[in-house]
Amino acid sequence: MNNTNHLNYILRLADSPMILGQRLSEWCGHGPILEQDIALTNIALDFIGQARNLYQYAAKFEAKGRTEDDFAFLRDPLKYKNVLLVEQPNGNWGQTIMRQFLYDSFNFYFYNELKNSTDTQISAIAEKSLKEIKYHLRYSSEWTARLGDGTEESHMKMQNALDELWMYTGELCTPDALDEEAAKAGIGVDLNKIHPYVEEKVDAILRRATLQKPESNWMQKGGKQGQHSEHLGFILAEMQFMQRAYPGAEW
Amino acid sequence: MTDAKQLSLEDNFQAKVDAEIKIEPKDWMPEKYRKTLIRQISQHAHSEIVGMLPEGNWITRAPSLRRKLGLLAKVQDEAGHGLYLYSACETLGIERDTLLDQLHTGKAKYSSIFNYPTTTWADIGAIGWLVDGAAIMNQVPICRCSYGPYARAMVRVCKEESFHQRQGFEILLTLSKGTDEQRAMLQDAVNRWWWPSVMMFGPSDKDSPNTAQSMKWKIKRFTNDDLRQKFVDVCVGQAEILGVTLPDPDLKYNEETGHWDFGTINWDEFWQVVKGNGPCNRQRLNARKKAHEEGAWVREAAMAYAEKQEQCEVASVAKVA
Repeated sequence: MNNTNHLNYILRLADSPMILGQRLSEWCGHGPILEQDIALTNIALDFIGQARNLYQYAAKFEAKGRTEDDFAFLRDPLKYKNVLLVEQPNGNWGQTIMRQFLYDSFNFYFYNELKNSTDTQISAIAEKSLKEIKYHLRYSSEWTARLGDGTEESHMKMQNALDELWMYTGELCTPDALDEEAAKAGIGVDLNKIHPYVEEKVDAILRRATLQKPESNWMQKGGKQGQHSEHLGFILAEMQFMQRAYPGAEW
Repeated sequence: MTDAKQLSLEDNFQAKVDAEIKIEPKDWMPEKYRKTLIRQISQHAHSEIVGMLPEGNWITRAPSLRRKLGLLAKVQDEAGHGLYLYSACETLGIERDTLLDQLHTGKAKYSSIFNYPTTTWADIGAIGWLVDGAAIMNQVPICRCSYGPYARAMVRVCKEESFHQRQGFEILLTLSKGTDEQRAMLQDAVNRWWWPSVMMFGPSDKDSPNTAQSMKWKIKRFTNDDLRQKFVDVCVGQAEILGVTLPDPDLKYNEETGHWDFGTINWDEFWQVVKGNGPCNRQRLNARKKAHEEGAWVREAAMAYAEKQEQCEVASVAKVA
């Protein structure tokens, strides 16, 4: 794997947690229960922390003087390679939980493999992150079951959330050329290998939550290639405002 | 209860307070002591929760990853403080739901400082330096409050607050070493947050009728004006390090008292904000109400699910039996 592709793979790993952490942080101070406000903020902190570790590594790997903040705050949507799922709006608490559950189900099996990366830096970051990710999956699975099988209203809200978000799950486990190359080089994860595990986990929790998987299997894709939904531009406009407005300033 | 018995209970209570023995939830206490504490602790808890809003405002726009993590963790700490304080308050025999209702209906107050807007990044530093700084002055003595659960909650709160204060000061110090625009941002934030922070200690002693009783009960250890003076004295030196001017032309060192004299506080502004006419009173309260109302279905679902789980357990135990 050449250095450009290797770097792109590290950045791809970083971008999804960055955007998901940013999204989750929007909830801070507005959660439905104080304890859950704290719990979700913890998860936001984990994701932003993971993204930061990966951007730091990307900066070191590239060795051209760019910093973690340059990667986070000075790249446009086309350069961001996060999956579409994580940039979807928070919506109500149920939508956030559903988005989280769908992502965590993938992310857990993904990191479980990523820890075996031949890139020792990636492997170390994955090992460290996996502890957090395990907890995320437990948290979002529990809440998916609780809200899916709670009241009639909560069930309906969760079913709607699942129907809305399902089409963004396809690209999680669908490899593109870079995924395949990284997997072949032993640096990245073979998405075909984890796909059945992810599916099994999702099915089991949805059953517990009494929710129906949507019939339509049409999947949106493009995030990993920098082709995003309209939401990402707004996320970055807000997130990057300071760095763009005051170029070169130290904070 | 006979008058004599009541009197001896009160004497006994006061003797314990005087001897610095902590009052615990199951101990006898005068009704007014309980009410005063409920009012004060809940007001404090609400302040932590409402206080998440002005700072939370900048989480998504924080200028670096390091600052974003710092701010997010800080606002989360405030939520944690709210949690300990609601729990401490519940030991006095009142439910969290009732306390929240009191906040949402405007019956309970929270610190007025959070009714001011955070318009620039420098405000995040200024809140840490001045607002958390003032809060620490107020709160450190509460670690020795006569009521055990409140005192213990405050020990933990104060440790974190002092970290927040240093973090805020460091944000401002970075600005002070930055560009002209950053220094202007810093001075502007200090101009806006200085007086509201000085007002955080509450009305002047002569207008604070409950102070004497609270001090006798050792809920309070210092008067509002004493704490305010201490705060001003500390801030003057720190402002110098930051290279900012505190917006008070009357600020002058008094050789005789060894303290910094300061100008007249605009009490009209103070009372207007307390009454609900500050720049953000409505927005803050509406944001809290919205979060609570929109979260109702989540709380109901969690209850319903817990009940179903419990029934399942009962059924499976019955089956085994």
